Amino acid sequence: MIEKEFKVTTKLGLHARPASLFVQTGSRHLCKVTVTKHHNGEEMVVNGKSVMGLMMLAAAHGETLKVALEGPDEDEAMRAFEKLFARKFDED
Amino acid sequence: MIVIKGVPASPGIAIGRAYVLENEEIVISRVDIPKQQIRVEVKRFKLALEATHRDLDATETKVLKMLGKEHARLIDTHRLILRDPLITKDVPKRIQDEKVNAEFALSEALEVVNQAFEKMHDEFFRERRHDLFDVGKRLLSHLLKTEKKTLSDVKRPSILVSRNLLPSDTLNLKENNILGFVTDLGGKTSHTAILAQSMEIPAVVGLSDASHRIKAGDEVILDGDQGLVIIHPSPEAVVKYEKVRERSIQEEEVLEKLRGVPASTADGKRFKMAVNLDTLEELKTTLLLKPDGVGLFRTEYLFLNRTTAPSEEEQTEAYSKVAEAMSPHPLVIRTADIGGDRLSQLGLEGPKNEANPFMGLRGIRLFLRHSELLKTQFRAILRATLQGRVSVLLPMVSSLRELQSARRIFFQAQQELLAEGVPLPKKTPVGIMVEIPSAAILLDHFLEEADYVSIGTNDLIQYTLAVDRINEEVAHLYDPYHPAVLRLLHGIVETTHKHGKKVTVCGEMTSDPKAVPLLIGLGVDVLSVTPRMYLRVKQILRSLRFSDAQAMVAKALKQSDSSEIRKLVGEL
Repeated sequence: MIEKEFKVTTKLGLHARPASLFVQTGSRHLCKVTVTKHHNGEEMVVNGKSVMGLMMLAAAHGETLKVALEGPDEDEAMRAFEKLFARKFDED
Repeated sequence: MIVIKGVPASPGIAIGRAYVLENEEIVISRVDIPKQQIRVEVKRFKLALEATHRDLDATETKVLKMLGKEHARLIDTHRLILRDPLITKDVPKRIQDEKVNAEFALSEALEVVNQAFEKMHDEFFRERRHDLFDVGKRLLSHLLKTEKKTLSDVKRPSILVSRNLLPSDTLNLKENNILGFVTDLGGKTSHTAILAQSMEIPAVVGLSDASHRIKAGDEVILDGDQGLVIIHPSPEAVVKYEKVRERSIQEEEVLEKLRGVPASTADGKRFKMAVNLDTLEELKTTLLLKPDGVGLFRTEYLFLNRTTAPSEEEQTEAYSKVAEAMSPHPLVIRTADIGGDRLSQLGLEGPKNEANPFMGLRGIRLFLRHSELLKTQFRAILRATLQGRVSVLLPMVSSLRELQSARRIFFQAQQELLAEGVPLPKKTPVGIMVEIPSAAILLDHFLEEADYVSIGTNDLIQYTLAVDRINEEVAHLYDPYHPAVLRLLHGIVETTHKHGKKVTVCGEMTSDPKAVPLLIGLGVDVLSVTPRMYLRVKQILRSLRFSDAQAMVAKALKQSDSSEIRKLVGEL
């Protein structure tokens, strides 16, 4: 299993469109994707292949998410997520 | 006649009979399924999923045809929800584990998500749960095999009244005799509101109990501009609104022709007419108006809904985009006028609860306290000068020292960038907002250091008259035509012109058609108008004679009572 932390840089946070892109990226890979957010001492863990799950995190701009991957293509998937965050989810 | 106030979700006026869409609370009961039936039940759910996918395909075709690619993304979101493991995996699992019917399993699964969404503080996120309901309802209707009640039963033009309206329903309104809609729930940023705006259907939402108060067949006036719904209107109100509606339809056509036409009075005096810009998203529609520039780019939006201040890069990108799009016309960027309550959200030290935030830590006061924020914004603004004609505007300046301190930081930012090899123009103008009476009174001193002046009428009026407009007890005392306000405005224009500098007006007064003759007569140089009113104001400006407006203002300045001033303005 590999893990990495990402900062949400999209303006309105991880709302529907960025969340959709995240799920699409994850779904192209076989590995399991879990996303964790710490908020006020609470830990929220959701399935990273679920849009509703991701939106339930209500991740706002500037917050940090931990992405954990587990599966045969986890390295490749992590590179895809790194690219997605680096491109700022293609936000205009 | 009953008037209820809601949230104006989409502008326009509609008058007609109410068509009340029954609150279709689908009652779902739990049915225990025998073990051998489980496979059938799961299969039934999968069939409903497929049927819903076909629905979405059909809706997508419709959206593409009616509204274009931009809005078709909504369908992508819905499709993704439909493919979401919370639905595709969780529901069959619930059917198997709990041995229940598919409808019940689905509603349980949806409820979990709904509860998580309801707890969210962020309105933008919370509103997204309607997309989930939309998909959920479609699925349920396929499971229950109930034909979703369609709006095609609406036989004559009507105003739709319902508890809530799903985005997919909104799409069907125009072809179905619906003049406008009214809902109990919903906010300005919901997909339903956004769709209504692009389809130009008037709408008022967030009315809490309108669907109970309004009965089928009631006569209703819907005012999407003010967010008002009038039930059983008096004949006078109907006549009034019918006139307003007719006029607005005719006017739209006339106004369209004013795009790109110079803002000159009937006797040939040329004014500059710029626009106020609140966010980057508005840029595209603003450009269609072909304005003489952006007279006020409010940068507050960059600091909202986030936990850290926007970086220099992010700001530079936003400002450069506007500067480039506006070039060769000027762009005025105002440093953020945020209040002290924002600070803790941005992870900075700030006051917890200010008793009177309007008179508290905000605007330049806050940015001088946190000068790193100011310098970052200055650097970003300066970097945007590479893309167009950019100037800086400082909000809430009340003493000369504040202007001097801000200029010092501005100078530092310039020096830093030059040292980093960024080629800056020789001079980037720095202006001040005149919105606090002290700045208006001491303006001659301020003008030694300020390159131009922009009048923020809203705050100037509220501070001059000591009236909090939000306070219902005194809101009626807020009066743009108060003689003291007029005299103050007159003094500001005179003093600034004496120093050979320019005055912009950027408050709400510029967007009030009735007040425009006053501003013209006062001889301000630039009117910065909200985009929605831009063409209307230009039309008024072009119909006026500058000499008449000047004469009117000269008379108005002698009055001691605001009703006299109103009368003089009205007579012009």
